[in-house]
Amino acid sequence: MNGLPRAGDLGLVGCHVCGLVCRDVEAPNAACPRCGSALHKRKSASYSRTWALLIAAFIFYLPANVLPIMRTVSVGDVDDNTILSGIIELWVKGSPDLAIIVFTASIVVPVLKFFALSLLLVSAQRGSRWAQRQRSKLYRLVEFIGYWSMLDVFVVALLTALVQFGFFSQVEPLPGVVYFGLTVIITMLASMTFDPRLIWDGRDFDD
Amino acid sequence: MTRPAQGVKTGIAPPTLWICEHCDTVYRRRELACGEVARCARCDAILARHHSLSVNAILALVVTAMIAFIQANIWPIVTLGLNGQLISTTLWGCIVMMWREHAQVVAVLAAATLFFFPIVKMLLLGWVSLYARSGRRAPGFRWAMVTLYRIGPWTMSEVFVLGALVAIVKAHMYFDVIPNPGIFAYGVLMLIITAFSSIDVRRLWDVTEERSA
Repeated sequence: MNGLPRAGDLGLVGCHVCGLVCRDVEAPNAACPRCGSALHKRKSASYSRTWALLIAAFIFYLPANVLPIMRTVSVGDVDDNTILSGIIELWVKGSPDLAIIVFTASIVVPVLKFFALSLLLVSAQRGSRWAQRQRSKLYRLVEFIGYWSMLDVFVVALLTALVQFGFFSQVEPLPGVVYFGLTVIITMLASMTFDPRLIWDGRDFDD
Repeated sequence: MTRPAQGVKTGIAPPTLWICEHCDTVYRRRELACGEVARCARCDAILARHHSLSVNAILALVVTAMIAFIQANIWPIVTLGLNGQLISTTLWGCIVMMWREHAQVVAVLAAATLFFFPIVKMLLLGWVSLYARSGRRAPGFRWAMVTLYRIGPWTMSEVFVLGALVAIVKAHMYFDVIPNPGIFAYGVLMLIITAFSSIDVRRLWDVTEERSA
């Protein structure tokens, strides 16, 4: 793979926003001549920003799972559901196939994101050459699936608006759903601030 | 893709290259055959696709999406029934309800990702492609294209459709459920979004020329 030239070697830099190929002028505040966005070889402070967002997301992720996300009141009966108990209820009473979809979106995807981004950060920071192609693919997978985790948040919003039968049946959102929504947004920001080019940079910027 | 030579300013390399966004590998551009996808040899990311849709087709899709979006927002999505009492809701019904029930953060997230960002995206894309049909750049083209890029990942209508499906199944355990036109309009919207997913809007930079509109 060493035969393929990289932009840095040729004195070029690609605009992150519009894709224009520019000559690298090495100025600290260079702007893309076509779209006016800031030009830089790599996203700035990618490691520290991504770590910070990832840790923040994890802090929100704990209450998101421990606290209930939704309260169902029916004829005086109060039933609080967490993300996991909601999935179990769906599995037992309704349709296991949808339970699998919700399980994937609400549990598998966020956990995968935490592991995948940590792995990408640690391996890139160590300049590892291990499975670079697969790590690139992993990054694209994380970017692609990230926002599907909002699924449960929208389910709670819809049920809250629909189930308003007063005394007979009523659904209310609980704080867990707010933490969960924030977790999804922050992990999306984390995957956006990670620069996948770092996977290929190595300790000594490629050879 | 031919471009007039006077378009090359200092600082801009000739538009004969692709740089892989995911690993910075540089390639010489070439025309792609119908259905062809150029992938990076190093990291396997997609470099470019054959432009299967013309600018006119993009505009037509945006107009269709706009019609479906309006329908999806004015009609109720689903109606629940219990003991003869019926309750239906729209997207804005959900947003207002979440706000009132002390989940304002969720209300704001839903309003942004399901209403404001999609509508801004459609309007801007419609605006720039309206002018791009004749190779021109619309007034505010630069700003519109940068905004389109920034809000790109923050529209979640397709997630909402799946969410509606899950909510319907959950509600069906306890209530009568009647689907309303809104859910079908959302279904159509989801199909259009899928059709859009293969379009790289950034090629509007290449097919238009800078010139006062």
